[in-house]
Amino acid sequence: MSKCKSVYYMDKGVRPLSLAGHVGFDSLPDQLVNKSICQGFCFNILCIGETGIGKSTLMDTLFNTNFENFESSHFEPQVKLRAQTYDLQESNVRLRLTVVNTVGFGDQMNKQESYQPVVDYIDRQFESYLQEELKIKRSLHNYHDSRVHACLYFISPSGHSLKSLDLVTMKKLDSKVNIIPVIAKADTISKSELHKFKIKIMSELVSNGVQIYQFPLDDETVAKVNTTMNGHLPFAVVGSTEEVSVGNKMVKARQYPWGVVQVENENHCDFVKLREMLICVNMEDLREQTHTRHYELYRRCKLEEMGFKDTGPESKPVSLQQTYEAKRQEFLVELQKREDEMRQMFVQRVKEKESELKEAERELQSRFEQLKRLHADEKAALEEKKRLLDEDQSSFSKRRAAAQLLQAQSLTANGKKDKDRKNSGFM
Amino acid sequence: FWLHSNCLEPRNSPALNPLYSSSAMSEAVVPDAMVSPAVGGLHGEKAGGPAVDFSYVGIDAILEQMRRKAMKQGFELNIMVVGQSGLGKSTLMNTLFKSKVSRKSVLATAQEKIPKTIEIKSISHDIEEKGVRMKLTVIDTPGFGDQINNENCWQPIMKFINDQYEAYLQEEININRKKRIPDSRVHCCIYFIPPTGHCLRPLDVEFMRRLSKVVNIVPVIAKADTLTLEERDFFKKKIREELRANGIDVYPQKEFDEDAEDRMINEKIREMIPFAVVGSDQEYQVNGRRLLGRKTKWGTIEVENIAHCEFAYLRDLLIRTHMQNIKDITSSIHYEMYRVRRLNENNTVMAHANGIPEHHLAAHEM
Repeated sequence: MSKCKSVYYMDKGVRPLSLAGHVGFDSLPDQLVNKSICQGFCFNILCIGETGIGKSTLMDTLFNTNFENFESSHFEPQVKLRAQTYDLQESNVRLRLTVVNTVGFGDQMNKQESYQPVVDYIDRQFESYLQEELKIKRSLHNYHDSRVHACLYFISPSGHSLKSLDLVTMKKLDSKVNIIPVIAKADTISKSELHKFKIKIMSELVSNGVQIYQFPLDDETVAKVNTTMNGHLPFAVVGSTEEVSVGNKMVKARQYPWGVVQVENENHCDFVKLREMLICVNMEDLREQTHTRHYELYRRCKLEEMGFKDTGPESKPVSLQQTYEAKRQEFLVELQKREDEMRQMFVQRVKEKESELKEAERELQSRFEQLKRLHADEKAALEEKKRLLDEDQSSFSKRRAAAQLLQAQSLTANGKKDKDRKNSGFM
Repeated sequence: FWLHSNCLEPRNSPALNPLYSSSAMSEAVVPDAMVSPAVGGLHGEKAGGPAVDFSYVGIDAILEQMRRKAMKQGFELNIMVVGQSGLGKSTLMNTLFKSKVSRKSVLATAQEKIPKTIEIKSISHDIEEKGVRMKLTVIDTPGFGDQINNENCWQPIMKFINDQYEAYLQEEININRKKRIPDSRVHCCIYFIPPTGHCLRPLDVEFMRRLSKVVNIVPVIAKADTLTLEERDFFKKKIREELRANGIDVYPQKEFDEDAEDRMINEKIREMIPFAVVGSDQEYQVNGRRLLGRKTKWGTIEVENIAHCEFAYLRDLLIRTHMQNIKDITSSIHYEMYRVRRLNENNTVMAHANGIPEHHLAAHEM
């Protein structure tokens, strides 16, 4: 039997080596990209904002399509979420885009629970991914990732500050999703007001400890543009799918009597910046952050909640497997105990019922005896009566016989007398 | 699964023709799996309506983002070489990666003795080419097939491979996981067949049969310069037959072909395996060019000349075209199979410990 001796040099002393010629693995990124093209991409955006603030229009404008939305009513009793999924394609890239909109956000009289459905939705997506990951037979590579990658929070263009609903909601969501705040309908604010508004919003977010998504600065290629953009947050956007002719071109714009607000004009609004940042530059990073930060946090909390730990009581590393087995054993013991309990309870109930029935039987028996006795008594009484009656009858018949005899005797005596009288009468 | 949808015109398209085409906005299929109707929560709907598009959105920029991220992270590749000593494994590795990656070059010990037992030695290297960084780990198995009694010689290798899967699994099921789990799983195992010219030996068959189930095996005919072209073709045909007869599925495996296009490409490869290779790390002057080769009295064998040997095909397969695919099969098929086996194993062990029949466990999947 051959033995094995493993000598690992892996983690220590990885030798840097220089190549003497062209090997060819520089095609690896291309291979990776090709694979992704075949598989397609997935991106999920959550839009939170009051009814009528322009969420659907912005989505239409952003992705250059008509997502066929309809207006929601302002009278929803509770905040709901509506998710729609679309397959888009641009050149050879296929994107499965899911847009989730809140319905009825900010419409209720009492907005205390407004954020809850949103948090629940996000958690549900994490949960279903976690379930898939923990399955024994799993298919993560075909799994349709529905976790929310980006959350666009629409701020009302009041010009003053954030509403308390905004702060509360964003605070609840900042550890679960990448929040990108945008100022909606920015064509209602003037440039100077806008500047002040942005500063106010950012300072309020900072002072309340809300962690919004920062565009990543670790990659030199995009660090510069990301830094600039980070300074322009929150983006003031205007959405429109209508075309207006400006100069000799047709552009997306909103036409007012006093002028035309062009969506893609950087002087008019930050729409182009938003599109750049959200799609062209950081889409992959948003997905990565969701997976490595938000999802991991959720997973950690969820598993710890269920009682799993990485280290056991002696702070030795305990594998999930061991904890799971211990838990399962616990569970099975519990199951056994419950079974026993139930069995005992069942037996007891049966006994009780049995004694009840016995009791009833006894009662019936005694009643029967009683009745029997009563009958016997009555019968005896009746017999007695009958006897008396018989006696009476017999004595009566005797007397009658005697009386009849007497009568007969007296008749003959009288007859003689009569005869005598008769006879005497002749004389 | 992927419905074809409207095409957004690329940026440099001059005409602004709205595409009210037949390829209308494809429905989301929003099947139940995607949008779960929950209490007071969610309801999904289908999308419809004509597509109106005029300009560039920028979705395809994600490819560039992905490429950048991959380049920044770097890649990992773990190759194992298995074969009797003297078949040129180290030389081939050096030739493939054009540098001294083999164990012999690293471990200065002039250990020319054949070890008494199979050892598994893995050495990592950091190599870089045109901005792409790769951590290459070469796992050598000196002593394989060299003993007198070679029964069960695959066991240490099998154990090593499974140990790597185990390490990955343990890391994956931790509560506090690393951001990027270090991947030490063996992606590819190159098996060296001695150039007898006849057929596979029982050792070869046994090894490949067992290990093709847990790892991607790429068989090569070593030192192919001892075979003439006819002998080579005959040998290859024989080997392919024997592989088929024994049900050994080597890379690229038939059962993992994804679609017709894949199948077409892979069939061509399958008709060529095993590759007859010659390795060399010495350069010679041939026709005014410096080429890698082996110089003999009767001629110079050019390693990268496909008329001489099939090294170039092997290199292209392993490195230039199918490297990502090899890694994917390892992680999504071999590793998953191991994981299923392992997790089920625990269940049965537990069950027997508690005297509970197995069918009770079906419901308790986590």
